[in-house]
Order: sequence, then structure tokens, then C-alpha cells
Amino acid sequence: MDFVFYLISAFAVGGALAAVLLKNLVHAALALTIAFFGLALLFLRLDAQFAGFAQILVYVGAVAILVVFAILLTKGSEVPKEGVFSKSWFAGLAISAGVFAVLAWAVLQAAPSLPNETAAPAVTVNDIGNALMSRYVLPLEIIAVLLTAALLGAVIVAMHEKAGPKQSAGAPGPSLLGTGERRNS
Amino acid sequence: MTERLDQIFVVLKHWLLGYLPESWQTPVGVVISVVCIIGLYPALFAITTVLERKGVGRMQNRLGPNRVGPYGILQPMADGIKSLTKEDIVPTSADAVVHFLAPVILVVTVFMGFAVLPMGRNMVLVDMDAGLLFYFAMGASTELSVFMAGWSSRNKYSLLGAMRAVAQMISYEVALLLSSVVIVMMTGSLSLVKIVEAQNHYSYGFPHWFIFTPWGLAAFIMYAIAGTAETNRSPFDLPEGESELVAGYHTEYSGFKFALFFLGEYVAMFSISGLGSTLFLGGWMAPFSGLQFIPSWIWFFGKLFVSMCVFIWLRGTLPRLRQDQLMNFAWKFVLPMCLLNLFVAGLWRFMGEGWLRWLVCSAILILAYVSLGREGMRRQKFGPRSYRYAE
Repeated sequence: MDFVFYLISAFAVGGALAAVLLKNLVHAALALTIAFFGLALLFLRLDAQFAGFAQILVYVGAVAILVVFAILLTKGSEVPKEGVFSKSWFAGLAISAGVFAVLAWAVLQAAPSLPNETAAPAVTVNDIGNALMSRYVLPLEIIAVLLTAALLGAVIVAMHEKAGPKQSAGAPGPSLLGTGERRNS
Repeated sequence: MTERLDQIFVVLKHWLLGYLPESWQTPVGVVISVVCIIGLYPALFAITTVLERKGVGRMQNRLGPNRVGPYGILQPMADGIKSLTKEDIVPTSADAVVHFLAPVILVVTVFMGFAVLPMGRNMVLVDMDAGLLFYFAMGASTELSVFMAGWSSRNKYSLLGAMRAVAQMISYEVALLLSSVVIVMMTGSLSLVKIVEAQNHYSYGFPHWFIFTPWGLAAFIMYAIAGTAETNRSPFDLPEGESELVAGYHTEYSGFKFALFFLGEYVAMFSISGLGSTLFLGGWMAPFSGLQFIPSWIWFFGKLFVSMCVFIWLRGTLPRLRQDQLMNFAWKFVLPMCLLNLFVAGLWRFMGEGWLRWLVCSAILILAYVSLGREGMRRQKFGPRSYRYAE
């Protein structure tokens, strides 16, 4: 382990801690972005270019934006004086510590069983693409279907209230909008 | 001689590095390249601002800047000094740290994109295996800085501008990515150097640029639309719509921070144009095999210059889109066309050589373009305009 690793780790851990401890929600979201970025740097440090850049593209470019949008578009973006700590913070701490302990134990247990390679394998993006399109094509497709279903679900949730009055006035809507219709009419 | 001129910057760098001890050469070489990039693009930015103000002025039947220096060409110097000496005002209720960080992050992420752009033969800072991915990862990070600027200003116009900008950038980023994926499919590499090399051959004196294929042309048009929207340029400049939002997300910035936003916007335009010419227009390649004696970097920057002129021309001629038109256009026209283009590119790949694939691929794209356009226009009702005044 070297200096750069500790620097990046401090960056990521500091961001994550700030995300938990800061009182302002938007600040917390921005600090979370720092943690995401630190993780991406760790991936890059391990020569995993694809994972690192995909991490930045997806998490910094999309997830972080989604988080801040959600904070701004929902009520209660005004920060209360006493901060935003939930009352059950101790339970949350215990659960996350437990999860961390289990994961750390699993990683430490698995480490000796890994093949002890002296040279790091050179995995190019090309190799990842080939693997995704040949050996792992089924999981990829299943994830694609899952994401499409999630997308449709999100659209239906978003359409719910807007389409409600129109649906009750005119033609019967699809069954998925049933509950909304009943409430509106 | 031609070879020497073509490689002049590479040779110059090696000559400079020759004076240094072995262990210093790599880091100092990187620093030299970075300094060149950081020095060059702001200089181009200064030239472009004059060009834009003169050009748009001419299109709007006025003179444009003409006081500083002959024909006003020293205007950017005056502007630079002005923004450096101006007071840097931070609103009292603004979030000082985020307000300060936003322009810095914007400029940093915008400049990072140039790291992977090949600006000439052997002239690339890092030839990354995942270069295109790196470029888009950096491009995605600029959105956050725009949001930070708008949110931290504590000004409703800033926040509205930022929300518009982010919504627009996310929508068009999808199109930008999908239109570039076609190129990756055809070359089988994410490295921008390899993408240029894949286009680097001529038949009958004409180059094999990707724009000269049906799927390449379609992808280029989609890329140009998405790139214009991504850089918040007219006709997609709603986030800065001055008639509605003062100046959008950088309303509360003054002095040099404002200049940084301005710089970031133009450098982002350079970088989007540079990527576009790398992907579709052969990067640093000459447009005819007979013109190869002209150095490669002249071609790259020439293409950059032409696309900047197109940006200025568009700004001078097109009216601004409305928010709903913007979103409908992104999701109902550009995105379906991009998805179809992926399919067409696959078809092109597996149909083999011959005129048949030209016919089939062009027919599919033109048919889709016409029918999507017709379908989109059919819903529009064109009648006498009605106005509703605020009460």
C-alpha cells in the first residue's frame, strides 16, 4: 500500500463522513459525490479503467444529479434548525456496522483462496465488451429487462396524478391506473 | 520537410526534454503538454469571442466591437483586464464555499476532456484505452458544477436556470452518447486515436470518414444537435434565456468567476467540436489525399474553426426553443433516431460490401426521419396565435 492509495482513501472516506454528518441536505449530497469520485479514483488506481469511468459517468453524472433533483423537488428541502439527524441514528449505525463487519469478514476470508498472481492481469475495455456480449450475455439481458421494467414503473408513478382526471373523464384507462381513477372520480 | 512540419510540436517537446535527466522526462513532458493545452484553448477562446461578436453583429446588421485596436480585435484583452479588475461580489445569503467551487470545477472538468483528444499525428496527451468513456465521464461531471452554481447563489433565476440546464444536459447527453456508440461499434475501440486511424485511408483521393456513410451522417446530425444542446448554445440556450432568467445559473457571478463560466462554455464548445471532428470528420486527417502535405494539426484546428463558425452562424439565425419543444425534440425525435441508427449500423456491418447496404440503410434512415417528423408535426395545431396575459 502506498501514499496515493491512502490519499484517495482519505478523500473517499472524508466525503462519505461529510455526507453523513453535514446538516444541509444539498451539502450532504455534494459530499456524497466526492465519495463516489474517490471510489472511481480507487478503481482507476487498480487499473480498472472501465469500472472507474463508468462509476464517474453513472454516479457523478446521473445518480448525484438525481439525488439533488429529488432533494430540491420534494417538500422539506428547507433545513430544520436542529439538523436532519433521524432519531434512530443509533440503530442505523449498528446495522451499517454489522453489514460492514460481515462484508469485511467475507473479504478477509476469501483473500487467501484467491490465486496469488504476481502480475496484474491486463484487462482492456475490449475484453470486458467481449465477455459481456458472449459469456455474460444472459445476465446482461436480464438486467436490461429489469431496468426497463423499473423505467416503465417510474413513468407510471410519475403519470399517475396528471393522467388521473383525464382518464376518469374519457376512455377507461389501463388497469394499472385503476386505483388512481377510483380516487379521482 | 512535410514530415518535420507535421511533427514540429512533438519534435520540439522531445528536444526540450533532451536537456533533462532520464527520470524527469515523463513528468515534465506531461506538464509541458498540459500547459500547452491550458494556454492554447483560452487563446482560441479570446479569438472566438471577437469572431462571434463581429459575426453576429454582421448578421444583425450592426458593427460589433470596433473601438479597441484595429477592427476591434484587441477587445478580448480589454475584456480580460476588465474582468480581472472587477470586484468579485458574493451575495450575502449565498453558500460561499459551493459558490466558489462551482466555476473551478466547471473549468477543470471541461479541460480534462482534451486529455484524450488527438490534435494531430502523435499529438495526444494520453492515449487511453477507454478514451471516449473518459471524455463522457468528464462531460457528465460538468452538470454538477452547473447545479452547484445555480443552487449556491440563492437566487430564483439562478436556480431556475440551473434546473433547466441540468434537465437539458441530461436529456441530450443520452443522445450524445448513443450517437457516438455507433462509431465505437464500427471501429471496435473506445480509444480516440484508434478511431481516427480507422478512418485514415483514402480511395480515389477521398477519405473514409464516418460521415460519408448513411449511419455516420445520421449519427453526425444527432451528435451535432446533442452537442449544441449540451453546451447550452443557441437555439438550445434556454438556461441562459436573458429575457426570462437574467443570465441563468451564472446570474450572481461577477468579475473573474463570471469570466471562468464564459471560458468554460467556449472551451466546452471547442471540446465538443473536437470530439465531433475526431469521431465523424477524421480528426486530424486531410479531406483529400492530395492535401496530406499540410500538417495534421492544421487540419484538426481548421475543422475546429469551421465548427465554431457553424455555432456562431446558428446563434445568429435560429430562434430559441421553448422548454416543451426542447424536451419533446430530445425524447421523441433524437432518441428514437439514435436507437434506430444503432440497428442500422449493425445491419451495415453484417450486410457486407456492395451497393445494396447503402440503399437499404439509407432507405431505413430516410423513412424513419420522414415518418417521425410527419408524426411529430401532425399533432401540432397551427392556428392564429392566442396570448394569455398575466393578471
